[in-house]
Amino acid sequence: MTFINDQVPDTGLNIKLQVNGQPVHAQVSVRQHLGDFLRESQGFKGTHIGCEHGVCGACTVRVDGRAVRSCLTLAVQADAAQVFTIEGLSDDPVVRALQNSFVRCHAMQCGFCTAGMLLTAAELLQAQLDPSRDEVREYLSGNYCRCTGYESIVNAVMDAAQTLRKARGE
Amino acid sequence: MHKHKHEGIGAAVPRVGAKRLVQGQARYCDDIELPRMVHVCFLRSPYAHARILSIDTKVASAMPGVVSVLTGADLRAHCEPFLGVLNHLPGMVSAPQWPLALETARWQGEPVVMIAAQTRALAEDALALVEVNWEPLEPVVDPEAALAQDATAIHPELEQANLAYEARVDRGDYAGEVARSALSLSLNISTTRVTAVTLEPRGVVADWDSGREELTVWMGTQVPHMMQSVLAKHLRLAENRVRVVGMETGGSFGLKIHTYPDEFAAVMLSRLLGRPVKFIADRLESFSSDVHARAHTARVEIAVSPDHQIRAFGVDGLLGIGAYSKHPRGSVNEVRHVVNLLGAPYQFAALHAHVRVAFQNKTPYGMYRGVGHPIVCLLTEMAVECAARKLKVDPVEFRFKNYRADSDYPAELLSGTKLEALSHEACLRQLVSLMDYPALRQAQAKALAEGRYQGIGFATFVENSNHGSATYGRGGAPIAANDGCTVRLQVDGTVLCTSGATDTGQGTETALTQIVAHTLDLPLSDVRMQLGDTAAAPVGGGNWGSRGTGVAGEAALQASLALKEEVLRCASVLWEVPQDRIGLQGKQLVDVLSGQVLGTLAQLCQAAYVRPDLFKSGPVPQLAVTRFYAQREYDGGIYTNGVQASLVEVDVRTGCVRLLKHWIVDDCGVVINPALADEQLRGAVVQGIGQALLEGCLYDNQGQLMNATMAEYLTPMAGEMPDICVGHVVTPTRSSELGAKGVAEAGITGAIAAVVNAVNDALFPLNGQVTDLPVTPDRILKAIGVIN
Amino acid sequence: MKAAPFKYVLAQSLEHCLELLSEHGDDARLLAGGQSLLPSLALRLSAPALLIDINRVSDISAPPQVSGGVVRLSALTRHADLITSPVVQAHLPLLHRAAPWIAHPGIRNRGTIGGSLALGDPASELPACAVAAGATFILQSKSGGLRRVPAPSFYQGMFRNACAVDEMIVAIEFARMDALQTGFKEVARRRGDYAMVGLAGQARRSGQRLTNVGLSFFSVGDCPVLASKICQAIEAAENESQAVAMALDVYQRDMQASADLWCSSQAKKYIGRSVLEDVIHDLYQ
Repeated sequence: MTFINDQVPDTGLNIKLQVNGQPVHAQVSVRQHLGDFLRESQGFKGTHIGCEHGVCGACTVRVDGRAVRSCLTLAVQADAAQVFTIEGLSDDPVVRALQNSFVRCHAMQCGFCTAGMLLTAAELLQAQLDPSRDEVREYLSGNYCRCTGYESIVNAVMDAAQTLRKARGE
Repeated sequence: MHKHKHEGIGAAVPRVGAKRLVQGQARYCDDIELPRMVHVCFLRSPYAHARILSIDTKVASAMPGVVSVLTGADLRAHCEPFLGVLNHLPGMVSAPQWPLALETARWQGEPVVMIAAQTRALAEDALALVEVNWEPLEPVVDPEAALAQDATAIHPELEQANLAYEARVDRGDYAGEVARSALSLSLNISTTRVTAVTLEPRGVVADWDSGREELTVWMGTQVPHMMQSVLAKHLRLAENRVRVVGMETGGSFGLKIHTYPDEFAAVMLSRLLGRPVKFIADRLESFSSDVHARAHTARVEIAVSPDHQIRAFGVDGLLGIGAYSKHPRGSVNEVRHVVNLLGAPYQFAALHAHVRVAFQNKTPYGMYRGVGHPIVCLLTEMAVECAARKLKVDPVEFRFKNYRADSDYPAELLSGTKLEALSHEACLRQLVSLMDYPALRQAQAKALAEGRYQGIGFATFVENSNHGSATYGRGGAPIAANDGCTVRLQVDGTVLCTSGATDTGQGTETALTQIVAHTLDLPLSDVRMQLGDTAAAPVGGGNWGSRGTGVAGEAALQASLALKEEVLRCASVLWEVPQDRIGLQGKQLVDVLSGQVLGTLAQLCQAAYVRPDLFKSGPVPQLAVTRFYAQREYDGGIYTNGVQASLVEVDVRTGCVRLLKHWIVDDCGVVINPALADEQLRGAVVQGIGQALLEGCLYDNQGQLMNATMAEYLTPMAGEMPDICVGHVVTPTRSSELGAKGVAEAGITGAIAAVVNAVNDALFPLNGQVTDLPVTPDRILKAIGVIN
Repeated sequence: MKAAPFKYVLAQSLEHCLELLSEHGDDARLLAGGQSLLPSLALRLSAPALLIDINRVSDISAPPQVSGGVVRLSALTRHADLITSPVVQAHLPLLHRAAPWIAHPGIRNRGTIGGSLALGDPASELPACAVAAGATFILQSKSGGLRRVPAPSFYQGMFRNACAVDEMIVAIEFARMDALQTGFKEVARRRGDYAMVGLAGQARRSGQRLTNVGLSFFSVGDCPVLASKICQAIEAAENESQAVAMALDVYQRDMQASADLWCSSQAKKYIGRSVLEDVIHDLYQ
């Protein structure tokens, strides 16, 4: 057995973007997806990789204001973009309300799906603050959770919606 | 006077550390990065059965960024193979399994070559450069075919060819009971292999310290001490040189309690390279290399007397467990559950059970939440509801008529299984009330009149917990039947604890924290429970078989009680008050007779550590206590029970099933945290719904897994799941002071049967019945005769 | 599941993009939303030498535009835009109805109509909508310039279409549907899954009769196909129940549905009956 070299080939392009409100300059391998870039190159481990083919939703982040699956976006495509992961969103009032509700309503067990759920639910509540339970279920229908069976997550989103409506005096 | 009761045993407090999860701060195995760490991937057999003629790794090894390329032959000299056999099960056999396949690959997905590189991407690139010469062999796929006389033996050295195990129980006059019965019916039931599909895939990070000759392995696992023993034995190391750190884990459900050859190979590589190695399975390889479970074919029979008494239950079954029996627990426990628990809720006179287990060229089989309990519940409860329908008796009435009475415990089943105390009657009474059963039947009739097909299905389930040593230890497996907890007071009076239990999402950390806090009357925030690190925690069994709360919890209780005793003794000496007058209340030591506060717990601890001279008599304060607990009253475990009901509507134009509602009443004894217990039940129910309607590993007749992606292996998602109503009956176990039984698996155990029974109830007016799972639209449309 | 290495170029303009396509042809893939391409790269099902990222090409990013009787959607129109755009809501109700059935919100934020139509996955919604509506695909290449291809003749087989190797979809034109009836039904066991059977339709209604009927099933065959004989049967009917009866007759006689991993062809065919009934009912509303 011989162990060969430790070179790292596969260097790529320079990108400039904002991650969690901070400017980032990085050189990325063009084939690296955004999820791996955020986790490995930027150290934001809060985004999780569950399937790498876009089905489970665990890797959801916010790019230019929209919820996207970071495993289905190349890092190079985030050039000039504003990217937020769960770590950068505690100041976002919608996300914060959801976080508090998730804790109150026991809406997570292992926590692996949680960031994706929060980012996706936040997008729903940003568009409408009074969803029905069915609408919540439908919006989250692409986010896999194996632990909770979803009911407590739905409860949490409804709870956060109510909190936010109250805060806006509705 | 209990100041912090609102957070103690019985309180529905949120998870300790929940904020961590919602802020993205939890640390899972893949989050670890160590200096000079390499990443591993595996070339896996594309064939279900093939001879490996040659492997050429030269080109792959030379690829820039590749650090090592190893085959089975390279690893062989450095480890002991695994044998997944429990030697207290007569006739159970398997063949030794090496981390990488040697001359023959025996399932599609079996790891054959290990590649390590600077990044996972580079390792996968190198994978394409490895040249393997295969000689495909005829795969043995179907379990029935595997047991035929002329079948190819997957392990030629085994005398009983492809028969891995056979279990038989015959009690009472079975043939006679069937002959005398007013109704005897049989059902041919089949289930499809399922797999846990944890959102976080399996993985390890291993780091061999060549200076100290010590190994550290980080992994998502339910059983760090077991892993420690396994690694030590098979790598020929002393256990005190092997540290396993159980990480925060993204779901396990039984998946992460086995010895996986690929993980083991990655650990070996760290030792060989002297640098950290990371292996994280991707989703594709997860599907073909994670354990699969619950693929049964069974003919179940029930015999009922003229006055509607169940007289006999019988089952003839077959199970295929893949190419190897999984180490170290073996792969035949599902069968033991079927044989032990067929008809368990009911009084009856004769039992026949015969189940055979076959090897086959498929992914090896292992434990998945509930193991065989969901299957035996399915077999029993499908037969019971089918019989009730045939007899035109209400299925609830039929059950009440035949349950073993709640007062009739402890009891021993015909199979020899000993049950401490079950509460079928109480659970069904509560369930019927919770769901307003008569109203649902009325609504069902109204729907039928409108041409809509609603169904109500029930399932009575029995689920094991708090296992004794009969399950594994007696069979030679390195799996502790006990658990230990160390509780230590800090100088400031806060508490630091360690336990060998693990938390893979169920909230074990919270439950144990509540137990300690309750016993010492402290706020939750004053107790910190650290789990899963073999370097810190006393040896324990970890979490499996719904034993975390019951066994680790009891150890935590006993340790806390002993520590409290010592605190009172020290207080007595320090403040010169008789011990029996002192109470520990809300962080203070109080003379309960006079009401005088003697001092704070913090003051006592300060004195104990920095002023031991103030303790004028007796030993120096011992403010750290370890206690172990094992459940030894019922070696086979403390069984729990409950009842579930499902309300569905079947769209007969499409065969699609809409889940309208689900109910579960569970008896898990003393409930430490009702919110967490209920969430365990809900999550498990939904997993059961998955196996009933959606999930299945689809194989072709060449042993190729055809649906190894999340788009094609269908798991329950939010859009289709019902709200689930939960109720409890509380029958504490007397085998521990805590009185808690397990709750983690109960949900899945009854859910499959409840949903299938509901569908069949819906199809009854159309003379339809489905007995093959998952219950797909195809199967429903066939059952009602609109397609063939 | 890391993609095999590839070269990447960000197309600066449509001209640049067409130049690259002309140079690299089949060795290149266009990267639009990437919601189908990236999974196939991760699974190493495809390994193109070059990815041409077209997401910053302004010529194909215009918002939905209505001009006279035509609605023009640029190739990079995201599925999410089909749901939120007032133009689509008002003038292309069929797409507005179909879009929420496409996968899930995160995927709809990135996936594009151009990408979906070019891929022509037989299980996807938009190709069937385009065929049912008789949309026109605007293709462009360096060698051939602009070309207009009607949707029904664009699809030729399983993942085979009329696009030349150096050609790409730049826009899609639909006749306004304001005065039309639309129908859409998708049967799937889980929200957002590929359908077991689906049907997109549009028609003009006058009294009890339907004319200019366009229907296209999805998830039953190799590619979206205009169900012309069924359309003719409906047009020949005098009222809704006759339309349903005649359509089902033709359907029963002619429909061949291909099985998938979980659904047999008989089951698909059977389920398709109620889907057809429901869509015809929609067209009569």
